[in-house]
Amino acid sequence: MTQSRHVIIVGSGPAGLTAAIYTARAQLEPLVIEGEPSSTSDQPGGQLMLTTEVENFPGFVDGIMGPELMQAFRGQAARFGAEFETAKVSRIDLESRPFRLWIGDPDAAEPTYEADAVIVATGAQSLMLGLPNEERLLGHGVSTCATCDGFFFRDLPIVVVGGGDSALEEALFLTRFANSVTIVHRREEFRASKVMQQRALEHPKITVRWNSTVVDILGENKVTGIILEDTVNGERDELDVSGVFVAIGHRPNTDLFKGQLTMEDTGYLVTEAATTATNIDGVFACGDVQDHRYRQAITAAGSGCMAAIDVERWLESRAG
Amino acid sequence: MSEHITNLTDASFDEHVKSADLPVLVDFWAEWCGPCKMIAPILEEIASEHGDKLEIVKLNIDDNLDITRRFDVMSIPTLILFKDGEPQARMVGAKGKGQLLQEISAHL
Repeated sequence: MTQSRHVIIVGSGPAGLTAAIYTARAQLEPLVIEGEPSSTSDQPGGQLMLTTEVENFPGFVDGIMGPELMQAFRGQAARFGAEFETAKVSRIDLESRPFRLWIGDPDAAEPTYEADAVIVATGAQSLMLGLPNEERLLGHGVSTCATCDGFFFRDLPIVVVGGGDSALEEALFLTRFANSVTIVHRREEFRASKVMQQRALEHPKITVRWNSTVVDILGENKVTGIILEDTVNGERDELDVSGVFVAIGHRPNTDLFKGQLTMEDTGYLVTEAATTATNIDGVFACGDVQDHRYRQAITAAGSGCMAAIDVERWLESRAG
Repeated sequence: MSEHITNLTDASFDEHVKSADLPVLVDFWAEWCGPCKMIAPILEEIASEHGDKLEIVKLNIDDNLDITRRFDVMSIPTLILFKDGEPQARMVGAKGKGQLLQEISAHL
């Protein structure tokens, strides 16, 4: 049986859950399709579920743990009546009215849900290096989750690949366990915020390999080293490490919407300036799925609020 | 505590896994691991729905380093399926129920 809803929110990070809080308070009885467990940052609760301390979310003087913050977002949305389904949308049809969404078998004749309006808040997930040995050694020294796997590298040398805030945050976190942390970055300066840069560069366990990329990961059954290539002179050398943590950026989770929603070449959804409207009337996008510039929990939450208000007005204008 | 899932230790692991009649799926986990917590309720459901086909047990890696090292677990959650005491399949990382069931049943 297809269930009909006013609003369905796809995704449950700061953007989706803020949209849920606002639409629930507007008595739109939102359903949040929150995703499924994963270790690559597309899980329910979003990217913050794989982090530790969040220090820059306003309102928390002493910081708060990422999973705890997201639990609070979810609880707040539930308090106002938002409902949750722990699943992934397998297919979405935005050409029909109402919009149609499938959970499970994408070829089922009848959709699982119909919705008058849809808020897309599917976020982004970690990029991998794309090296042949990377997937083979995933879980055997290659990791996408420092908070999950740091423990296994006690007194061992590790490498963190990347130069943004997440890379430096991971590197600093991993100094608790590893005896040395080498940050491999392809440029000659970090993109990360000044405060993170300073902490990383001043840390006695951290060294940086500037202008370098990882071209291979070595090891039979577990990681024993990496091959680095200098981006300036092309010279290669080997570095003995036991762990490789990848934090080179994100890609938006927009495969589901290909051919329906307008997106940039990089896959990010395009929204109308100063709103969350997509190219399809009644479909709104918020959070990292449409933002490659700011990508903060607070900006995602802010745009989730915008999407909720946009939906409310859009539904009103149709009714009126 | 769960009625379907037993907690094993370094001391109880070998005997339990070797003497089991059914295939045993071991969940290597820790208190501080977010993705481990995400899949815990799913494993609970699988244990109660498929208890006739496999047994699910948990091993806390903080308290049981010997077994964790013996099977080279370097990422959690890791699930290892044992048949007749021998590891048959390994699944690394949190996944949804559908995908977990699919991967598990491929080896049952």
